[in-house]
Amino acid sequence: MGTRLRDMIRSIRACKTAADERAVVAKECATLRNAFKDNDQDFRHRNVAKLMFIHMLGYPTHFGQMECIKLIAAGSFPEKRIGYLGLMLLLDERQEVLMLVTNSLKNDLNHSNQFIVGLALCALGNICTAEMARDLAPEVEKLLHNNNSYIRKKAALCSLRIVRKVPELIDYVMVPATALLTDKHHGVLISGVKLCTELCEGSEVALQHFRKHVISLIRVLKNLVVSGYAPEYDVNGITDPFLQIRLLRLLSLLGKGDSETSDNMSDILAQVATNTEGSKNAGNAILYECVKTIMSIEAIGGLRVLAINILGRFLANRDNNIRYVALNTLVKVVSIDTQAVQRHRSTIVECVKDSDISIRRRALELICALVNVSNVKPLTKELMDYLKVSDPEFKGDLTAKISSLVQKFSPNKQWYIDQMILLMVEAGKYVTPDVTRALVVVISNASELQGYTVRALYRVFQAWDGQESLGQVTVWCIGEYGEMLIDNLNEVEGEEPLTVTESDAVDVVETVLKDIRVSPDTVAFSLTALLKLSSRFSHCADRLKGLILEYKGSVVLELQQRAIEFGSILSKHTNIKTALLERMPVLDEATYYSAKQVEVGVDANQTAKSGPHSNGHAKQPNGVAKHLAPETALIDLLSFLPDEQPSAPHQSSDDALLGSLGANVVTSSVPPLSGGADMLLELLSLGTPAAPPLASQESPLPASSQSSLRSSLLDADPFAVPKGSVVSHVMSDQTHNGPASNADPFANLAPLSKPTAAKNPAFPLLVAMQTSGLKITFEFTKQANSPQTTIIKATHTNLSSSPYSDYLFQAAVPKFMQLQLEPASSNILPANGGAVITQVIKATNNMHGQKAMVMKLRVSFKADGQNNLEQAQVNNFPVGL
Amino acid sequence: MSRKQIRFILLQNRQGKTRLAKYYIPLEDSEKHKLEFEVHRLVVNRDPKFTNFVEFRTHKVIYRRYAGLFFSMCVDVTDNELVYLESIHLFVEILDHFFSNVCELDLVFNFHKVYLILDEFILAGELQETSKKAIIERMGELERQE
Repeated sequence: MGTRLRDMIRSIRACKTAADERAVVAKECATLRNAFKDNDQDFRHRNVAKLMFIHMLGYPTHFGQMECIKLIAAGSFPEKRIGYLGLMLLLDERQEVLMLVTNSLKNDLNHSNQFIVGLALCALGNICTAEMARDLAPEVEKLLHNNNSYIRKKAALCSLRIVRKVPELIDYVMVPATALLTDKHHGVLISGVKLCTELCEGSEVALQHFRKHVISLIRVLKNLVVSGYAPEYDVNGITDPFLQIRLLRLLSLLGKGDSETSDNMSDILAQVATNTEGSKNAGNAILYECVKTIMSIEAIGGLRVLAINILGRFLANRDNNIRYVALNTLVKVVSIDTQAVQRHRSTIVECVKDSDISIRRRALELICALVNVSNVKPLTKELMDYLKVSDPEFKGDLTAKISSLVQKFSPNKQWYIDQMILLMVEAGKYVTPDVTRALVVVISNASELQGYTVRALYRVFQAWDGQESLGQVTVWCIGEYGEMLIDNLNEVEGEEPLTVTESDAVDVVETVLKDIRVSPDTVAFSLTALLKLSSRFSHCADRLKGLILEYKGSVVLELQQRAIEFGSILSKHTNIKTALLERMPVLDEATYYSAKQVEVGVDANQTAKSGPHSNGHAKQPNGVAKHLAPETALIDLLSFLPDEQPSAPHQSSDDALLGSLGANVVTSSVPPLSGGADMLLELLSLGTPAAPPLASQESPLPASSQSSLRSSLLDADPFAVPKGSVVSHVMSDQTHNGPASNADPFANLAPLSKPTAAKNPAFPLLVAMQTSGLKITFEFTKQANSPQTTIIKATHTNLSSSPYSDYLFQAAVPKFMQLQLEPASSNILPANGGAVITQVIKATNNMHGQKAMVMKLRVSFKADGQNNLEQAQVNNFPVGL
Repeated sequence: MSRKQIRFILLQNRQGKTRLAKYYIPLEDSEKHKLEFEVHRLVVNRDPKFTNFVEFRTHKVIYRRYAGLFFSMCVDVTDNELVYLESIHLFVEILDHFFSNVCELDLVFNFHKVYLILDEFILAGELQETSKKAIIERMGELERQE
């Protein structure tokens, strides 16, 4: 027969250990199963009650689900009561058995006993499925008109659940819901108002409909505000704060985007905002909701001031909960009224240091919304000071916020670099790789600060404690600007002099290299730095080589390959070493940021930047043209890959080569272009699965065998997709400079920068566009008195065998630039480069020194009677234009 | 879509034993247990001076401690935290009145009644009745039906 519920609970509570408890529960469950099997009716509701208790303890109870359904189908109230309770606890809307209760629910909704109707409504409101909603909506709708308030309020919330499940039923419920707004009973009102809110959120028609009833809502709210003491609904002297808040929320929906409705409610909102007493939580809850409403409707200025003042009071409150909601709301106010929020800045900064993480998070978010160029310095200092003492769990958030603020609002580069170094020292392990990348780009572009930066890094490095980011940046800077450490070049005002020897600098790299805490990526950085130093630190050459070769046997393939290949550069290719190990070309800031914001300006046809633009630099002509062929999509796709992956190798080889030597862990596997330099490129394209170290042993091959080697490499290329485009580019390149470069394997390492250097010492020649049939080069001159203006001489050459007619060249620039095109020398371009067209472009960069020039090119012409169109984007203009 | 509704209500003691768990959204049993464990861990060691709000996954838990019992409600992050805090208090007052000076044992032995009281207070994740008197009277009427 089993025990009583009370006895079972007692025996479970008496258990000393979890094992005892499991044993007791297992025994109870066995008894219950037997009782269910025997279809024991007398004790069914007691058994289900026991099962609910067992369920609450976390034991499986699905075997009792059918019993609940049987109880519901039974006749008496006590049975139904436990049956419905079990249904809500042991089942949820996803169980199929639930279908079996639809009929019982229908019967109970129509039952003459109001308590049974109440039970059915309650169950339906909590676990109703979409199917049940459709089946039972008419019954529930009928009950909305019931003359018993107890039934009406339950029916209102049941309807709420029904329209959540089946939004089409909104129209059906709308009219009966309206009637609830004038109900006298608070329970019905609060349920009805909530239902209407839900309808308004789900349907524009409902929103329009309820705007007509705003007056009755205002009346209800007014009665609550002015009414005297109502003992039944009183909370700390306030009448039914719950209902007031529900009303305010519905008003905020109705007023949003509708100034007339907003006007109607402004009096009552002002009244609530001024008359509600804010010494207790209930009052503050209303004030808080009122502020939210004022902020969301089309409120007049005076009302807004009132709301912001309330938040100001909240912020000064001693109760943490109140301060929390103030911070939370001020974040939303910032965009509307920054000044008002700025006034509370010091309080907000204090909140960042609160011991409660909930407060800290909100405050930090708010601070970030408040920072601008004028206050970034003091605010960053505050945050930085706090970073030193904050909990480890909070440091990640804080570091991310500080770095984004510093990046966004830094008034000058030196300050930016200082702050980033400080950040890496304080919280180096929380600084993410993209933040350090951005820092390296900035350093690379700030030629006058490179010496300062490398020395600053050297100083802080003396106290290095394994911070990965600091290690990487320091090593990279020493690799690139190591000599500035020794000779104190470009000293910045107020900088302390530093005496460092070559060997000291190498010590730093060695420390990072050999630290067990750093990742292989950082070791790779260090190896590259060592290689680079080898061409500048002649005293340490042997030591550098020795350090590199220690990694010859590294178990990390990437490091082993670096060590072996670098070793062979140092021992076998000393004649080209100096050229090879030149300083990394300036990283193009504009390209870096545009690559970072992939979504920005995605004009698939126009964004023709491709190739190693990430390493894009001034010296090399790597303006890349692009065919309006299907493959363009592919190139575009490739150009959006992380910039460590030079995607299409169609510009000068030394560019790609230098790129490979850059600080990034190069993962490109696209085979490089033509020419004997291939070998070297293969050798240097680190991490290329298809580049056997063996390649370094081979001498330049004749053209035929080279192309076969290339094709086999292509076949081995794991990235099969880009093949088509790569081949075509390689081929087209080959026709241009392939044969010539066979004579000297390194012929095209520098040739393109040399002649320009002769012509124009200031700015190198730039190949702005190159396709299989067309080449456009830019030559730059600057007038001494106007640094903003650049005179560009564009030279157009036809590389194909058919002449071009109706040749038209167009260019476009972003808003910060101006452009003036002089007439072209001709509109006919003879075949095979027989003659060239020249055209003078006058470009003015209004953000000279801040932003690099960018230009989009478009060329149209007729060849063999067909119209052709070529487009390209040039974003590798030499620095300083 | 995140709705402004109560997602679940928990009543746990300091040891983390669940005394009441009401879910207004469908969840697997295993997920419920995991979540009850997490919520308990979040609230149990917080300093009483701290806010009564903790971010929990993509939502927010509003909790309040009464002696050794924690009452927690999980709501939308944009919802009015203060009003839920107030409703927890109202619920506790109702329990206190119903059991005349409620203690944990009352809730253990009469757990089914606690659920019934909750069903009169909150339905479909929404507040249904704000009058303590109305709920107590209703409970009396329901008891008489037994």
